Amino acid sequence: MLDITDIRRLKFDVIIIGAGGAGLSAAIAASQEKEIKVGLICKSLLGKAHTVMAEGGMAAALGNVDNRDDWKIHFRDTMRGGKMLNNWKMAEIHAKESPARVRELEHWGAVFDRTRDGLINQRNFGGHRYPRLAHVGDRTGLEMIRTLQDHGIHQGIDIHMECTALDILKDDSSGKISGIVCMYRETGEFVVFETKSIIFATGGAGKSWEVTSNSWEYTGDGYGMAYESGAELIDMEFNQFHPTGMVWPPSVKGILVTEGVRGEGGILKNNEGSRFMFDYIPEKFANETADSEEEAARWLKGDKDARRPPELLTRDVVARAINAEVKAGRGSEHGGAYLDIATQRSGEDIKKKLPSMYHQFKILAELDITKQPMEVGPTCHYCMGGIKVDAETSMTNIKGLFACGEAAGGMHGANRLGGNSLSDLLVFGNLSGIEASKYVKKLKSTPKINEEDIKNIIKNSTSILNREEGNNPYLIHEDLQRNMQYNVGIIRTKKEIENGISKIEDLKTMFKNVKAPGSSQFNPGWHEAIALRNLLVSAEAVSRSALLREESRGAHTREDFPDERKEWLEYNIINRKGKDGKMETIKIKRSEPDPELKRIASSSIDDLEKEVEIDHNNIKNE
Amino acid sequence: MKERDFKIYRGNNEKGELVNYKCEVSEGMVVLDVIHRIQADKANDLACRWNCKAGKCGSCSVEINGKPRLACMTRMNEFEEDTTIVITPLKSFPVMRDIVTDVSWNYRQNKKITPFSPSKKDKEKGFVMMQKDVDRVQHFRKCIECYLCQNMCHVLRDNEGNEKFSGPRYMVRLASLEMHPIDKGDRIEDIKNVHGSGMCNITRCCTEVCPEEIQITDDAIIPLKERVVDRFYDPIMMLFRKIFGNKKTSN
Repeated sequence: MLDITDIRRLKFDVIIIGAGGAGLSAAIAASQEKEIKVGLICKSLLGKAHTVMAEGGMAAALGNVDNRDDWKIHFRDTMRGGKMLNNWKMAEIHAKESPARVRELEHWGAVFDRTRDGLINQRNFGGHRYPRLAHVGDRTGLEMIRTLQDHGIHQGIDIHMECTALDILKDDSSGKISGIVCMYRETGEFVVFETKSIIFATGGAGKSWEVTSNSWEYTGDGYGMAYESGAELIDMEFNQFHPTGMVWPPSVKGILVTEGVRGEGGILKNNEGSRFMFDYIPEKFANETADSEEEAARWLKGDKDARRPPELLTRDVVARAINAEVKAGRGSEHGGAYLDIATQRSGEDIKKKLPSMYHQFKILAELDITKQPMEVGPTCHYCMGGIKVDAETSMTNIKGLFACGEAAGGMHGANRLGGNSLSDLLVFGNLSGIEASKYVKKLKSTPKINEEDIKNIIKNSTSILNREEGNNPYLIHEDLQRNMQYNVGIIRTKKEIENGISKIEDLKTMFKNVKAPGSSQFNPGWHEAIALRNLLVSAEAVSRSALLREESRGAHTREDFPDERKEWLEYNIINRKGKDGKMETIKIKRSEPDPELKRIASSSIDDLEKEVEIDHNNIKNE
Repeated sequence: MKERDFKIYRGNNEKGELVNYKCEVSEGMVVLDVIHRIQADKANDLACRWNCKAGKCGSCSVEINGKPRLACMTRMNEFEEDTTIVITPLKSFPVMRDIVTDVSWNYRQNKKITPFSPSKKDKEKGFVMMQKDVDRVQHFRKCIECYLCQNMCHVLRDNEGNEKFSGPRYMVRLASLEMHPIDKGDRIEDIKNVHGSGMCNITRCCTEVCPEEIQITDDAIIPLKERVVDRFYDPIMMLFRKIFGNKKTSN
């Protein structure tokens, strides 16, 4: 019998899993209540989470560059980008709160690029009506994480680095959160965090695909743990393929090329030299998109009457267009499209505005982007779906379990706008931190831990090491990635998704007999095997939801159902663990939105701009 | 595809050895790709720290043929085809396992730094800062905390040094705070006494290894040393302060 009497136990009020932008924001917010004891657990070293890779900026209607901007317009852009499937309330909270959160970040030491008047500068991005992204060159994520880190370490937060969360503990009678079992990666030592609430800020599951911009950490840990303990996942069929990942050389395939390149004027061309995005403008966006190169050029020069270039359509549209060009035989040398900034901006501008991109291509592809076009193609980038939460509290259906950032679903609907992720991290990280500490303060008694649960969790992970022989975790992972890439990728069909699900079932069987050789100390093979369970849950949820949604909407494209279907706008799809232990995937009716929000989202842009002008004048006159 | 020879340190802080591996190398591969290939095929338990694989997070710092480098930004075609590539952990920090080191000392140095301190008034009215006034601060804030400079600094390599000197990384952070147009904190005394700016004798080794090309010595360390000198060794300024009290010197 497994003896757990020696296992380290630590007591907390709020435990946050994940220390990217969302996790750090949540930890800072929760720790503002002095009697609340906050712990922050991260798989990597502090400050290395995937947020660091975010490049373009954070969207907030500050109106510093174009004072016509307003939360209403940001909200409308977000809903239209998400193909109206977003959680209305979350999109509202996000648009209203993000300016305050961006300013707060500046008060904590972030140094954004400035306008001529010395304010936070904002840049154009796909799907955003006005220049809206607060940024620092093309390294905005680094600025964000470093600022939160340097501020956070002085807030009395207990930080545990290189520590993997294994599974949640709940009180048997009330079902409330009572703790979480984790493992220090360096030593393999297990630790039980006895905690009254948990916030998952664990990011997405981009490592389920072969071509991905995501790092090793993106294994859907939050999705897997939440699902296993009875929480629901929502919108999992919506996986954003960023249109511009590197395609050459093979070893860097998938690494992100920021949308900022297009925001700064970069254009897309096929191998015939044609600027093909003009051929892919969806009807819905035709009124707001330039229809000639001449108009697009005027827009880049700042002409407020000119409409936006088609390269700045939403990511789902651009990714599908590149995909179609390559399929039609008009792709670049290595199977992508050409992204050209060299002919649009001066070398000096490019180096100033896009220094990381310049550096990245110079070193990794031996290419000078001030002189030559880049080769780019779609790469898996972001999970719109995630753990289902209440919009105003970020709490899941499990009492005491919260989720925020990419780990949570609903905010972005069927497709996320670039720049709305970093602001999402700040807004909902902050909200979940506040709400978790409120929840803890209201608790009348401390939820109890079932010791047997701890033993089972530990046994599940040690058996991977103790097996005499078994399957190689790396190879199962590689198989899963290939499967998702080919069967549940950018363009999907019923038959392929079904093949994908059947392969996932095989891999789940193989996973039951996974074996990691070596000891428990800093053993990547073991860590990989532990993450596999969560990757498999995530991949299954994506596939089953993708099969059920028989339409194409946003980032979910079904070749056998090529159009949006009105009836599907009324449903979200959720996944949860059934009583028989199998995954249930069902559609649930969306609730009727607040009529005012519905009105704003469906207003014409001209009407809404007039309305905002009146609003702004009223504020001035008050 | 060509098979190439590698030697990788396997072991812990007390004992270990260089182990030979062979790996097929194709066009465009970087050293981190090789480590991953060896990990997947031949040594599942080879410990290695990495994240972004694009030179942005600073996790995969190791020594490659004796030079501190980011494994993800070191291309294989830099090396002659017949050379054996030797990958070892950072020398200045204790080995956790294989090529992963314990860098927690750095986090402890960071915590000693007085954080960004704007005035309440500035917060209320919102920051107004001109781009030219923040260019230098932004240059410092490019730091990805890879600790290659800390590893290369000979003051820190000598074990006694790390009790007295916080190292180039934190000189850069201190400079970014001291030169922030809105910051009201005063760190000059700490820079001398807590962070040991006097220990640096300007050999510029840190600047040479910085993957972000931050001018650590010229732009951060030397100006901080000058501010310390102004504060503590300038007789006129000392008299001035005796009369008017300590105020933060301007940029």
